[in-house]
Amino acid sequence: MPASSDASPILAVQGVSKTYEGGFQALKAIDLEIAKGEIFALLGPNGAGKTTLISIICGIVNLSSGTITVDGHDIDRDYRAARKKIGLVPQELTTDAFETVWDTVSFSRGLFGKKKDPAHIEKVLRDLSLWEKRDNRIMTLSGGMKRRVLIAKALSHEPELLFLDEPTAGVDVALRREMWAVVRKLREAGVTIILTTHYIEEAEMMADRIGVISRGELILVEEKTELMRKLGHKELTLHLQEPLGAVPEGFSDYDLSLSEDGSSLTYSYDTNAERTGIASLMRRLAEEGIRFRDISTKQSTLEEIFVNLVEERA
Amino acid sequence: MNFTAIAAIYKFEMARTFRTIMQSVISPVISTSLYFVVFGAAIGSRIEEVDGVSYGAFIVPGLIMLSLLQQSLTNAAFGIYFPKFVGTVYEILSAPISAFEIVIGYVGAAATKSIALGLIILATAALFVDLRIEHPLWMIFFLVLTAVTFAMFGFIIGIWADGFEKLQLVPLLIVTPLAFLGGSFYSINMLPEFWQDVSLINPVVYLISGFRWAFYGASDVSIAVSLGMTLVFLAATLGAIAWIFKTGWRLKS
Ligand SMILES: Nc1ncnc2c1ncn2[C@@H]1O[C@H](COP(=O)(O)OP(=O)(O)OP(=O)(O)O)[C@@H](O)[C@H]1O
Ligand SMILES: [Mg+2]
Repeated sequence: MPASSDASPILAVQGVSKTYEGGFQALKAIDLEIAKGEIFALLGPNGAGKTTLISIICGIVNLSSGTITVDGHDIDRDYRAARKKIGLVPQELTTDAFETVWDTVSFSRGLFGKKKDPAHIEKVLRDLSLWEKRDNRIMTLSGGMKRRVLIAKALSHEPELLFLDEPTAGVDVALRREMWAVVRKLREAGVTIILTTHYIEEAEMMADRIGVISRGELILVEEKTELMRKLGHKELTLHLQEPLGAVPEGFSDYDLSLSEDGSSLTYSYDTNAERTGIASLMRRLAEEGIRFRDISTKQSTLEEIFVNLVEERA
Repeated sequence: MNFTAIAAIYKFEMARTFRTIMQSVISPVISTSLYFVVFGAAIGSRIEEVDGVSYGAFIVPGLIMLSLLQQSLTNAAFGIYFPKFVGTVYEILSAPISAFEIVIGYVGAAATKSIALGLIILATAALFVDLRIEHPLWMIFFLVLTAVTFAMFGFIIGIWADGFEKLQLVPLLIVTPLAFLGGSFYSINMLPEFWQDVSLINPVVYLISGFRWAFYGASDVSIAVSLGMTLVFLAATLGAIAWIFKTGWRLKS
């Protein structure tokens, strides 16, 4: 469900900035709207301000200026209504130690003012493959299990807006798949999800929209498909019949590079450009008598787009 | 009011207490018994009656107060310090719960525990000396009021502390000396006049005096003053806590 402009947003962040004690400005006038039901991925290098933004929305960090509403409720003036709708899975593995899995998850539900519902807790624990561990003390669990306990705590009170701050850090591949299955299920149930990750293929796989944050500035917010199309470069690789010693002369108009062994030529082009130049390149190559055995194309991944973006800014 | 949330915090804190039930109960019972052996029996036999009660019975209210102050303070301090220390406080801060409700949960649990302990000490004491309680309702009232006040004080210390040393510093360097010098083991009236006046700066004097009055009907300072001072202290801790949550001091960056 991509963002639709007519429905009122579940989250509206307006001009939010944050200066930490000591004067460090971690966020600079962030504006962001999240539509109900979408999955939004927040990407950015270490220290960009992702966790700071999430912490402010959830009430853990004070904002310096700006306003935030959750489903129309101001997070300061109407904090009860706002926070009831939010579930947070923090980046750090912060769990109790001596409590059992069942107790800590039930505690979370109570803390958010929800009536006891063992059936719901059971479902959450089963979905996260924690059911067998329900009576274990948290300190006896592995890191990946603790991470899932944090997710279970966040889901215990049936949030409408779920923040996942690097939920898959330290989780093995099989469990990561399971976790994304849970996220998909949640989304089908109408839960809005905002996640951060450093595994960009996850964002590419999961998100409807992507925001890139760098040095406290939200430098881009875009539908994923649009982003891929807009910023996507494609590469056309020509596998040559006879190796070349250098990029042939007279092709400086084209962004060509020769592989080390001279056996393939790679042409980078912008999918967005009026004309890709492929046809003319082919013609020119034929005129020059350069022949090729095979061709292949490759679309740049989100990761490459992201690295380019952040480097441009640096 | 988010009663479910208050109950959740309260239950969580009480569960922590029950996990350490041995040290929570056994150690004060043993130390109280030791006090009676040393002060009540050994030394007390050489001390004449104070305010018309035997020395052994005289020290009971002070002993209970001593434990009450320490236990409510350290329990509440630890209760909020620990989540801060390990980071689980994020959940409390992000929950739809007011500062007031958080305080009721933590302070209520710490006070409950220390009151239960005070009653256990009272029962232990009854094994050693003849006790009489002239104003049982006032006794309970002072017990609860003091437990709540010092649990609030402890809550503030738990928020203020940024290391385990600080957490132990206040009980060790301030509360214990004040309790000892506040007349746990003697009547202020036994001191030279100058030291009597100095003692009146010590807030614990008023607590112990009021509490002892509830037992034996005699007190160092008037009961109204005791009550007034306790309420002032309670109001001060309330004010401090309100300010802490308003500004997020040491809780939110
Ligand atoms: N409590 C704090 N006091 C001062 N500075 C802080 C505090 N918390 C974070 N910062 C600074 O704010 C900046 C943003 O931090 P934040 O944790 O939001 O980054 P992030 O995007 O989540 O990074 P990562 O990918 O490493 O999790 C960093 O430079 C960090 O050092
Ligand atoms: Mg982070």
